[in-house]
Amino acid sequence: MIRPHLKPGFLAAMLHRLSGIALAVFLPMHFIALGMALGGADSLQSFLGVTHNAFVRTAEWGLVTALGLHMALGLRVLAIELFAVRERSALVVSACVACSLTVGLLFLLNGS
Amino acid sequence: MNAGLYIAQRGTAVILAFAVTVHLVTIIYAIRGGLTAGDILARTHGNRWFLGFYLVFVLAAAIHAPIGVRSILREWATWRGRSLDLAMLAFSALLLVLGVRAALAVYLT
Repeated sequence: MIRPHLKPGFLAAMLHRLSGIALAVFLPMHFIALGMALGGADSLQSFLGVTHNAFVRTAEWGLVTALGLHMALGLRVLAIELFAVRERSALVVSACVACSLTVGLLFLLNGS
Repeated sequence: MNAGLYIAQRGTAVILAFAVTVHLVTIIYAIRGGLTAGDILARTHGNRWFLGFYLVFVLAAAIHAPIGVRSILREWATWRGRSLDLAMLAFSALLLVLGVRAALAVYLT
């Protein structure tokens, strides 16, 4: 018997919420960074130069992965609510995590 | 969550599912090999279609995120009432202002 907090539905809800919180915290900073383009390409470039280090790259990878994960798990919620899809296995949750990790890896590899 | 917030949350989720997909494909495609700020802005400035797309994206995110955060705070922090609603309205306004400013900076100027 699977303990309640290890059930796929619970894990999906927890991952959905945690990734959502990460995105909500990140979004204002992302907008502020992009707003630097108002000062011209040099202004934005000086900021981008500061972000070229392993810590920021890792954080970017995490956030892109979180975005993919939040979207995939959100689609799961919409499918359950709007189309009365009943998923009983960990397959959907695993697929959501796999898709988001793939997106994160693509982002990481493309930028290197 | 009341019916109005529920509909707004799920409605914007549908918009965001499309917008996030386009955004992820765009950034992964665009950053191949790395780009300078000048390269990015040379491609984006004056693109009214993408400006419109990102304004819709920002509006949907500014509605979607505060409703989700509100639900989490109600459950996990037991913060309820008018103060929470006002805080989330302020968060929504912050996202909207900063997001529109960012979209205009990248796609209009």
